[in-house]
Amino acid sequence: MNLQREMRAQWTLGLLGMLLLFTLVISVGVGPMSLSMAESLQVAISRFGLIELSVPQHVVSVVESIRMPRTVLGMLVGAALAVSGAAIQGLFRNPLADPGLIGVSGGAAFAAVASIVLGGTVLSPLSARLGIYMLPLMAFLGGFITTLVVAWIATSRFGTSITTMLLAGIAINIVTGSGIGIFTYMADDAMLRTLTFWQMGSLGGATWDNVIAAATMILLAVVLILRYAKSLNALLLGESEARHLGVDVDRIKMKVILLSALAVGAAVAVSGMIGFVGLVVPHIVRMSLGPDHRYLLPASALLGALFLLLADMVSRTIIAPAELPIGLITAIIGGPFFIGLIVFRARKGGL
Amino acid sequence: MSFSVKHLNLGVGRKTLLSNVSFSIAPGELVVVLGPNGAGKSSLLKVMSGEHGFYEGDLQINGRAYAEWGSDEIARMVGVLPQSSLLTFPFSVAEVVMLGRLPHSTGRARDLEIVHQAIDRVDVSHLTNASYPSLSGGEKQRVQLARVLAQIWEETGPGERYLLLDEPTSALDVAHQQLTLQLARELAGQGVGVMAILHDLNLAAQYADRIVMLQQGEVAAQGTVGEVLEPDLIRHLFAIDVSIMPHPVSQRPMVVTL
Repeated sequence: MNLQREMRAQWTLGLLGMLLLFTLVISVGVGPMSLSMAESLQVAISRFGLIELSVPQHVVSVVESIRMPRTVLGMLVGAALAVSGAAIQGLFRNPLADPGLIGVSGGAAFAAVASIVLGGTVLSPLSARLGIYMLPLMAFLGGFITTLVVAWIATSRFGTSITTMLLAGIAINIVTGSGIGIFTYMADDAMLRTLTFWQMGSLGGATWDNVIAAATMILLAVVLILRYAKSLNALLLGESEARHLGVDVDRIKMKVILLSALAVGAAVAVSGMIGFVGLVVPHIVRMSLGPDHRYLLPASALLGALFLLLADMVSRTIIAPAELPIGLITAIIGGPFFIGLIVFRARKGGL
Repeated sequence: MSFSVKHLNLGVGRKTLLSNVSFSIAPGELVVVLGPNGAGKSSLLKVMSGEHGFYEGDLQINGRAYAEWGSDEIARMVGVLPQSSLLTFPFSVAEVVMLGRLPHSTGRARDLEIVHQAIDRVDVSHLTNASYPSLSGGEKQRVQLARVLAQIWEETGPGERYLLLDEPTSALDVAHQQLTLQLARELAGQGVGVMAILHDLNLAAQYADRIVMLQQGEVAAQGTVGEVLEPDLIRHLFAIDVSIMPHPVSQRPMVVTL
């Protein structure tokens, strides 16, 4: 039957994995001080003391303390956004639900900005205790609460309305946007620079410390979401049908929302608002592999990571030596893609 | 062993949807539920499929209270065919039917075998690899039926199987209406207890072992086809004048509107 599709899915996963490794090596070499693939590989391998290094020491430190964490962060953030996008779309049975569009990223960014601006004053006891986990945890809470609010607004006795959900997302983005505006107004010059970075998104702040903090949360969330692939498949049939197939719908919904908010929150905490990854990536995967979450979720993780690495390379090189915020690049690609989707779906009859 | 409902009451707000409904489905029989619009047929099915938890009364499957069964056990005993489906994602027909195997862990090879047989039985094998959203309403209905068949294909651990069909023929042409009810009969023949909500009195007369007639949330009559399909009762419930006569070939009762 779908053996063909399953074979293709397995091949695609393998291919995406290899492409990702390849891009990873290139990404480490790209920048004002460019390295060949061989040199990047050398630096990576020399870590294990296997070979003599022919690359100068200052290059090694650039790679190890700037480019490597940035590349790893890009992969993590891309995977987090794409997987949570795919999961939320499955949960609400609509391919237009994106963490950014329905306000999750906005809520996360608002909470993160609040913790930056208030971290030294009102929230200082909290930030002293939580350390580097303060920001991602706050962002997670913000994302989680907004997801619950959006789900609550959009769900009635008759199920979840995607129109209501998108409208709720617009409203919430306005509220969180003005909240961020108020904090921006209160911020001093040093904070202002950090805040601008939130609104446009950037991987430039990557250090091994925040990569590790984000990685813990993102990997946990992504791995746990993958376990719900079959339940998400059943949910595509409708909530009652999933229930009749023995799926504990309410529990799964809550868990998937929680885990998506965790992944998005961690991603927003370290990289700001990077939009449309969760919309574009799962859509492309679905077009070639179909909606089966057993393949959709892992393939979205890989393609999301790949997509963000590529976008980051563009952001680092296109106006070098300056940097174009990566959120602008994903929005330039994702915005028209979203418009195209809307037009296509409207022509086919109904969103 | 049976799937039984005793003294069932269901209300939403001040509105009573079901009051004091009692009946049961035994393995091996086909029970048809009839009644005018708003009689509470769908509400009854929703209670029996676990969707309305706020009922009062006694609901038992195979001698044990509904709430005492685990949701995975119920999924291996009770298949439910909904009236319409919400699926808009481009699963193939075979993938949709495969979802019916979710509650089971019989292994991929066995699952595939069952999926193909279920697809064959509802006459959609020519569509096995077609994309579900591209199908017509009637084809979708049959694919959903195949999915439910795959779900209760064979008896596993928890006990005897039941199939609840909510207007399974509403989107089907005449030939496939017959096919669907023949299938329901065959399943009953294999020991499955089948309940079907129907609107067509003659389909009910042709296939049912027993009929439960609902009116305004109450059981107006239940019994064999001959007992329930009475001109007086039908006039009372549906406000139409009918005459009951034997079918020229099968000799079963046939309802003719006057």
